[in-house]
Amino acid sequence: MARIELRNVVKRYGAVEVLRDINLDVEDGEFIVLVGPSGCGKSTLLRMIAGLEPITAGDFMIDDIRMNDVRPRDRDIAMVFQSYALYPHMDVARNMGFSMEIRKDPATERASRVKQAADTLGLTALTERLPKALSGGQRQRVAMGRAIIRDPRAFLFDEPLSNLDAALRVEMRLEIARLHQKLGATMIYVTHDQVEALTLADRIVVLNGGDIQQVGSPLDLYERPANKFVAQFIGSPTMNLVPIKGRPEGVTLADGALLKLPHLPDSPDAIELGIRPEHIEVTDQGDLSGIADVVEHLGSDTNIYLNVEKLGPLMVRKHGNIPIRPGERVGLRIQPENVHLFAPDGSALRRASPNMAA
Amino acid sequence: MSIARPRPLLIAGKYAALLGYLTFALFPLYWLLKIAITPDQLIFTEGTQLWPSSLTFDNFRTVLFQTDFLAYFGNSLYVSLGTAAATTLIAAGAGYAFSRFDFGGKKIIIAVMLITQMFPLLMIIAPIYKIVASFGMLNSLTSLIVVYTAFNIPFATFLMQSFFDGIPKDLEEAAMMDGCSRFQALRKVIFPLTLPGLGATLGFVFTAAWSELLFALMLISKNEAMTFPMGLLTFVSKFSVDWGQMMAAGVLALIPSCLFFIFIQRYLVQGLTSGAVKG
Repeated sequence: MARIELRNVVKRYGAVEVLRDINLDVEDGEFIVLVGPSGCGKSTLLRMIAGLEPITAGDFMIDDIRMNDVRPRDRDIAMVFQSYALYPHMDVARNMGFSMEIRKDPATERASRVKQAADTLGLTALTERLPKALSGGQRQRVAMGRAIIRDPRAFLFDEPLSNLDAALRVEMRLEIARLHQKLGATMIYVTHDQVEALTLADRIVVLNGGDIQQVGSPLDLYERPANKFVAQFIGSPTMNLVPIKGRPEGVTLADGALLKLPHLPDSPDAIELGIRPEHIEVTDQGDLSGIADVVEHLGSDTNIYLNVEKLGPLMVRKHGNIPIRPGERVGLRIQPENVHLFAPDGSALRRASPNMAA
Repeated sequence: MSIARPRPLLIAGKYAALLGYLTFALFPLYWLLKIAITPDQLIFTEGTQLWPSSLTFDNFRTVLFQTDFLAYFGNSLYVSLGTAAATTLIAAGAGYAFSRFDFGGKKIIIAVMLITQMFPLLMIIAPIYKIVASFGMLNSLTSLIVVYTAFNIPFATFLMQSFFDGIPKDLEEAAMMDGCSRFQALRKVIFPLTLPGLGATLGFVFTAAWSELLFALMLISKNEAMTFPMGLLTFVSKFSVDWGQMMAAGVLALIPSCLFFIFIQRYLVQGLTSGAVKG
């Protein structure tokens, strides 16, 4: 088990700065998810922790010992690759036991550990197969088995589920969550899928353009995004953004309507209002109304894509099945307690709302 | 969308084309074998008859037991195996470096290696002769190995590089995460997966060295150091073009190449890396 610290870590390729001033503390046994759009540097950061990518500047510590220049083999960290990276010429058992083979652990111990891991992951019947004779999900399990058999100080996952189909992805996600509960090990997990991030993480690190945008628990990020990027990246469907003008007692929407908001920040210079699709109510006595454009019936929810005059498109998600047809006029009410306000630079403006402080 | 239906004419045409090509490519080999087993007195009388009226193995017997053929054969085997081994070893190292590392001057080295492949060998035969002579290595099989190796390395390196490029970098990194040093990762993970590439390179270089004549003619003049292709020429002078024996020797010379290719194609077809990464 290990505590991992990153202090002012920088990564440059020549003149190109890929990661800037990264500061992050990972507590012992914590499940951290690095999330962000492609090219944000999340995989690079993971590979720097693994030791596969040199760190340009800053300090990387495991349990207070500086590890910047320690070789990957001496960091005692296991990694599960996006491609699984199973050794194609070795059978499942040898794949899983390879690290012990390299460490020259006794064969009997290796065999018993392999068996134990195979039992845990439901691979017992497959230990003599070659990777090419396995399905995607089975390969994924072998890759995980290879990691857990070492009992390493920390686990790294590089988008481990992105090559699986949707059903299997949900199953393996649960399995990783169980594995974390069982082992209680420090885990750092990279994904671009916010559902994986929200479901697995103790804390999520949102990266964009080489900077950490926000670090926080899944609920933190959902309820109190630090800026427009986090607000739109976390949460599905995406948060609606509406241009506004600030007023002391509330905000004015582009169509001139006044939306009363309690507890506005002192400097009401917000230019955009963010509201999640699930925080807009469908009601006849609303502040707004729009024409339904597309209605998606998901059974448990109904997604309504609306056009609101002078405001632009809005998306509303209602729980349950709502009998609205495209072309109908729908009255809307924005829940004032769930409104997010953003300054011109994209940062979130905090409102001293009792609800939001919860 | 119409469902593609098998069209008999098209299929017949395809096979006819294949058959035409195979006949064109393999007929000389057939003729080689046919003349080798035709008795001397029938070679000219029966002319272009597709199959001789009687068969003989005398030509093979004479070639094996009454000429220096076995010595030439041994020389060629020594030179070809030596060249194949040396070239593959160097090319594997260079190919791995080109595939995995970024180093200063990499592009220049690749360009220079390409340039060496641009000139007809005839142009540089005189300087090569001078160089080898000044080392006092004329008439030695080692000089042939050195020269052949030098000229085969660029192509073999590119070939090996493409094989290394085909092995996912993830595998090496996974091995290093599993506790391997770079060299251990190379030996335990990359090397077994490169076997098809090594086989292909070995085979390619072996056949190239096996059939090389130009440099051998230039650098070797003593009978005891002659390689097999030079030996074939001796049938022209010594025995006033003994076609039957020459062809018999040719058939025998095909054996090692054929064995080599049978050995390689098994590896080439195998596709060892399947199953390494997502599927």
